[in-house]
Amino acid sequence: MDSEDTSRRLFLIKSLTGVSSAWLALRLPEIVAAQEHAHRAMQSAAPVKFEFLSAEQAAEVEAVAAQIIPTDDSPGAREARVIYFIDRALTTFDKDKQSQYVKGLKELQSKQKKMFKNSAKFSDLNSEQQIKVLKAFEKNEFFETVRMHTIVGFFADPSYGGNYDKVGWKLIGFKDDFYFKPPFGYYDREYKEAQ
Amino acid sequence: MSAQQPKFETQTQVDFVVIGAGAAGGIIAKELSTAGFQVVVLEQGPYLKEKDFDHDEIKHFWQAALINDWKKQPNSFRKTPKAKATVQPAVMYGRMVGGGTAHFTANYWRFHEIDFVERSKLGTISGTGFDDWPITYAELEPYYTKAEWELGISGQPGPFDPPRSKPYPLPPLPIKSAGALLANGARKLGWHPQPAPMAILSQPYRGRSACSHCGFCEGYGCEIKAKSSTLATVIPEAEKTGRCEIRSGSYVRKIETDNAGRVTGVIYFDEKKTEIFQRAKAVVLCANGAETARLLLISKSNLFPNGLANSSGVVGKYLMFNGGGFATGVFEHELNEFKSVAVTRIIHDFYDSDPKRGFYGGGGLDARFDVYPIGYALGALPRETPRWGADYKKALKQYYTRSMFTFGHTTSLPVERNSISLDPEAKDSWGLPAMRVTYKDHPDDLKIMKFFSDRGMELLDAAGATKRWAGPVEESTFGVHLLGTCRMGNDPKRSVVNKYHRAHDLANLFICDGSSFVTSGRGQPTCTIQALAYRASDHIIRMAKNGEIKSA
Repeated sequence: MDSEDTSRRLFLIKSLTGVSSAWLALRLPEIVAAQEHAHRAMQSAAPVKFEFLSAEQAAEVEAVAAQIIPTDDSPGAREARVIYFIDRALTTFDKDKQSQYVKGLKELQSKQKKMFKNSAKFSDLNSEQQIKVLKAFEKNEFFETVRMHTIVGFFADPSYGGNYDKVGWKLIGFKDDFYFKPPFGYYDREYKEAQ
Repeated sequence: MSAQQPKFETQTQVDFVVIGAGAAGGIIAKELSTAGFQVVVLEQGPYLKEKDFDHDEIKHFWQAALINDWKKQPNSFRKTPKAKATVQPAVMYGRMVGGGTAHFTANYWRFHEIDFVERSKLGTISGTGFDDWPITYAELEPYYTKAEWELGISGQPGPFDPPRSKPYPLPPLPIKSAGALLANGARKLGWHPQPAPMAILSQPYRGRSACSHCGFCEGYGCEIKAKSSTLATVIPEAEKTGRCEIRSGSYVRKIETDNAGRVTGVIYFDEKKTEIFQRAKAVVLCANGAETARLLLISKSNLFPNGLANSSGVVGKYLMFNGGGFATGVFEHELNEFKSVAVTRIIHDFYDSDPKRGFYGGGGLDARFDVYPIGYALGALPRETPRWGADYKKALKQYYTRSMFTFGHTTSLPVERNSISLDPEAKDSWGLPAMRVTYKDHPDDLKIMKFFSDRGMELLDAAGATKRWAGPVEESTFGVHLLGTCRMGNDPKRSVVNKYHRAHDLANLFICDGSSFVTSGRGQPTCTIQALAYRASDHIIRMAKNGEIKSA
């Protein structure tokens, strides 16, 4: 057992304080095993480079994704590294969407060039201009696919390359802990107190 | 895999082949092997263990990790027998050792006494096969108790519960916010909330861990054996006998019969698609309410031209899905429904059908928010929310921890045209006819869904929701509860199995799963499927020991 495993075990024991020892003894090894399994999966899959998209295509797709879930006072699709999720999806479980991306990007750019005559790329536009283009483009099948990929990448397990640092989960208040104890929320706490 | 698991030769005539290792098959395999019989279990899905489970939403909801694979096993669907069916997913079931009990939400309601005798109480309903069961609640009660104690159920009886011979083995799981809101709202309305009976351990039980409240029950396998699936409970017990062999990855092609009309064994494809014939003295078919009927229809022969066990013509008919009536509410403070089990409180005030409503139907109501982040962001926001951009993001942030659904689980009437049949064109990856589903809700089924959606809206209001909405009730095109396709009955002309789950037409074929149901109950069939499986096992063992099973 290496030191990281030891500290994880210690953390778990700490988090279980207050629970009856019989219960703890029965369950602890299984919780540790489950959590370590997830941890390994996450570490093994950090994407480093694009496999399907070119750097230029990636910049364009990322600009679209960043309008679907924008960055404001909290991280958006860009910080979640959704673009890595999309690239990975296009080389694995959504391979059949490759041609839609190639074709769709061209359609997007032709729409953008028509609306903003001097622009070369969608990602060159300012945010306001990008929103205008996407509003005119949102019925396109490609937009629908990017929307779906962006959302999935933003909220999927980080091992898929997106949801970096769990920013998607943090946004909505979701936690993927293996162990919670009551009270779980405001109303069950209130309910218990009233009894 | 257990070291004790035997490896039977296919030429050996084993006592029983059980087809399907799910809710019913797991129990029957354990009971028969414990009673001293040799059992081979054929399961089409993989043999996964706790270490194979995780919380990956993509794997579970997009890549069908634990369920049937529509790419390899296409379904076709149509609303009426006159329409041409189109290929689309129409039924879902657990496809692994443990079956649906591995990934189910774990609601574990007994039927009430009325469920078995509704026709006698209410009369016939025209255009349906509405009927009494050939058994009563009292006959099944010892087996409900046995299921609860062998598998490990957490709960506490409520005011509408049927009589029970023993309390629940485990106390209820801790209440969550949706449960608390449901309880508060219900009391204001004069209704009677009660703790939800769940097949999830609130305390350690029989060497298994208590629930850690991680929140990944529905759609996922439990990593710590706290969910009382057959995978975590009876299947290891069956293996321990040394008389039960579980063959996962075995896709059954045909139940074989001889010229005397007796079952001789089962032909299946192994993982390499090699055809294998396993001889057996008797077969117990537990492949779920959709695949059981399909396999009987596929297993036709000169002697059984309409499919096996189908002299009545009833195999595949009277399919029932159960209905759902929904409403969604948003509250001021955090509920955090993503933690712990899906359901902690339920309401059975509207369980019985009430003639005053003007239509048949009843059900139970619960509260939950059982959507995981991706599913939530793709489809659970209020309708008027923008689909992308700053306001979309704001809504995501605001609603996820503060939302709950009310979910009414409702009756489906047995309608003959609602059915599983064989598609005349589409084939599965093994070259067998694809499953064709014909389904259109009875008008009363839609009315009871609407009734429960309305009760949900009242409840959310009484509980103090700041925002609430309910979508329109829609006709079913997809089934998760697969019931009624080989109904049990005393009359061989109108049913497929007798009250002991023996096929009327074949002395050494037994059928036990959701297909045995005569009526649909109120949306939580697993408890009754498993009680039936324990009861069927007792009778199969009795018949086998008395030499009443006439094998080939």
